[in-house]
Amino acid sequence: MSQKKSQAPKRSLGSKALIAVPFLWLVIFFLAPFFIVFKISLSEVAVAIPPYLPTFDLAEGWTGFVEALSGFSFENYIWLIEDDLYWKSYLSSAQIALISTLITLVVGYPIAYGMARSPKEWRPTLLMLVILPFWTSFLIRVYAWIGILKNEGLLNQLLLALGVINEPLVIMNTDLAVYIGIVYSYLPFLVLPLYASLEKLDISLLEAAEDLGCPPWKAFWKITLPLSIPGVVAGCFLVFIPAVGEFVIPDLLGGSNTLMIGKTLWVEFFSNRDWPVSSAVAVILLLILVVPIVLFQNHQQKLAEMQS
Amino acid sequence: MAKKTLGPVRREFTPWEDTAAEPFIEFRNVTKRFGDFVAVDNLSLKIYEREFFALLGGSGCGKTTMMRMLAGFETPTSGQIFLDGQDLAGIPAFRRPSNMMFQSYALFPHMSVENNIAFGLKQDKLPKSEIDDRVAEMLRLTKLEQFAKRKPHQLSGGQRQRVALARSLAKRPKVLLLDEPLGALDRKLREETQFELMALQEDLKMTFLIVTHDQEEAMTVADRIAVMDQGQLVQVATPAEIYETPNSKFVANFIGDVNLIETKVVEASPSQTRLEAMMGGFLIETDQTTSARPGDTVWYAIRPEKVRVAKGKAEPGSVNAVNGPVWDIAYLGDVSIIHAKIGEGDFDTLKSTFANVTRVVEDPITWYDDVVLTFDRNAGVILDR
Repeated sequence: MSQKKSQAPKRSLGSKALIAVPFLWLVIFFLAPFFIVFKISLSEVAVAIPPYLPTFDLAEGWTGFVEALSGFSFENYIWLIEDDLYWKSYLSSAQIALISTLITLVVGYPIAYGMARSPKEWRPTLLMLVILPFWTSFLIRVYAWIGILKNEGLLNQLLLALGVINEPLVIMNTDLAVYIGIVYSYLPFLVLPLYASLEKLDISLLEAAEDLGCPPWKAFWKITLPLSIPGVVAGCFLVFIPAVGEFVIPDLLGGSNTLMIGKTLWVEFFSNRDWPVSSAVAVILLLILVVPIVLFQNHQQKLAEMQS
Repeated sequence: MAKKTLGPVRREFTPWEDTAAEPFIEFRNVTKRFGDFVAVDNLSLKIYEREFFALLGGSGCGKTTMMRMLAGFETPTSGQIFLDGQDLAGIPAFRRPSNMMFQSYALFPHMSVENNIAFGLKQDKLPKSEIDDRVAEMLRLTKLEQFAKRKPHQLSGGQRQRVALARSLAKRPKVLLLDEPLGALDRKLREETQFELMALQEDLKMTFLIVTHDQEEAMTVADRIAVMDQGQLVQVATPAEIYETPNSKFVANFIGDVNLIETKVVEASPSQTRLEAMMGGFLIETDQTTSARPGDTVWYAIRPEKVRVAKGKAEPGSVNAVNGPVWDIAYLGDVSIIHAKIGEGDFDTLKSTFANVTRVVEDPITWYDDVVLTFDRNAGVILDR
């Protein structure tokens, strides 16, 4: 008994240390920076280095700290509500992310399905092909789309040469280009979890459905699709969440009137040098994204519980 | 004179003996190749209505392929399959009037028990009230009423097996296909379920086709058994015929326990056959005739329970008797097995099993006792392949 008692805390200390590693990581690289950003969002713009006030100065001691605290205000958040630019940016980002996620799903489902139904010996190669684009920088791949989509780009040249169109299509610098960019860039994030869940599907379930009088196309809707929902949900979240805050794609491919919160943030921060407002934008963006992230977490947890 | 049969009679049902009877299922010269591998080799088989028929064989013998061809999941390379007079060629699985109970059960994990059972009925677009009635009937039949709303992962193995059975019976198929239906159950439950299956088949008056590698299961449930090996039928007969008159060493070995004695034909007359065993050199006399000639090698197959064992020595010149020391004894509770060494070689032993009918044994046989093994004139069969 006593031996057991002396051993138990020792072991739990070890496992605590193990859990502490990711916690420490999150505290240092997520929570701490977040509080810095949050603090800046409560400050006001100033022509100074750094470009906001108040700042903490250790030399001024406790009174200086209290004085600095009194300088904080939620003015920037009120500003975000008053100026409709930000609201529109948030909404438009969510809308673009949602539509792109749906398009990615429509494009990605057949790919994942085809991969899962292909002969076993092909699957590693196909999986490799899906992952292959990651070997090139994301930025370069998005730049490459400029070469394809611009007025005198490869796509227009091809379509003109084939005689499909008479004058070049204007795709570059429109929302359409942004959709293309997002769907292309995030497709693997949807295909991989979906493939994983489709590959697990027991073929004998489809045979059973067919045996009971269900034609194969109908068995897809009755059996395959419902059983692949976990993969669909995981894939959609993995596309939607980063797409909402996407900056590079709308900046490079989108037009001047493509409104996305990532771009608004960039303009606020670098062009207007308004650190406090851009920090407030970032904090709100995070709060908005917490909703789908929590939903995603819940979904994953439910899945894990069901499987156990 | 009393009627003589091989083994007890389960039920008076022998349509296969009636040459005029129309088969319900017929395989006509069916071959199935997978690449170079011949899974089913030019095989013909007739199964009759209301029969409980078993395809029995080891893994890779082609029994599952037979069933999958009937269900429509595989297409024969050549040959025809008929069900109730209809050629099944070109009819997809979802239009065939057979239903299958899968080895893995293949229950739909996202549907409740009742929805699993109703699945096939919904495909037929039956009115809802009829579907509900039929599902309720199936739940009652398989004693699953209180589990109707559960999902498959909330059930035990035995309950899942019953859901699979209920689902495959719900559409009242012309033939129910059972693919190793009881393989995942433990021994006790398996035995119970075998008897339930037989009762069910009797009640529903349906044709059942079962695929199994378990000879006991096949013997228990089936009216007739087809023993398969390497894509071919080795013997198709009733369980008693398969056991008592196997037509080959393969069948004799595959079904139950057997002593296979290699012998030389001494005399082959129209009234009796005399054989000399290679091991032990004793003489076997039987009324059975053989086409083999004196000097030919044949095998004499005799079941261990038909070999009597007693302490003592065989008299010189006696037939159907041999003696030797006890080499091994196994006590299994209900029966005991004795191996007597009758020849020079390490494996030259003869097996005898006997029921332990008394609890206390006087003067028991033990190791190295000299025993004499005897058997009746017609206790075994001559096999030439």
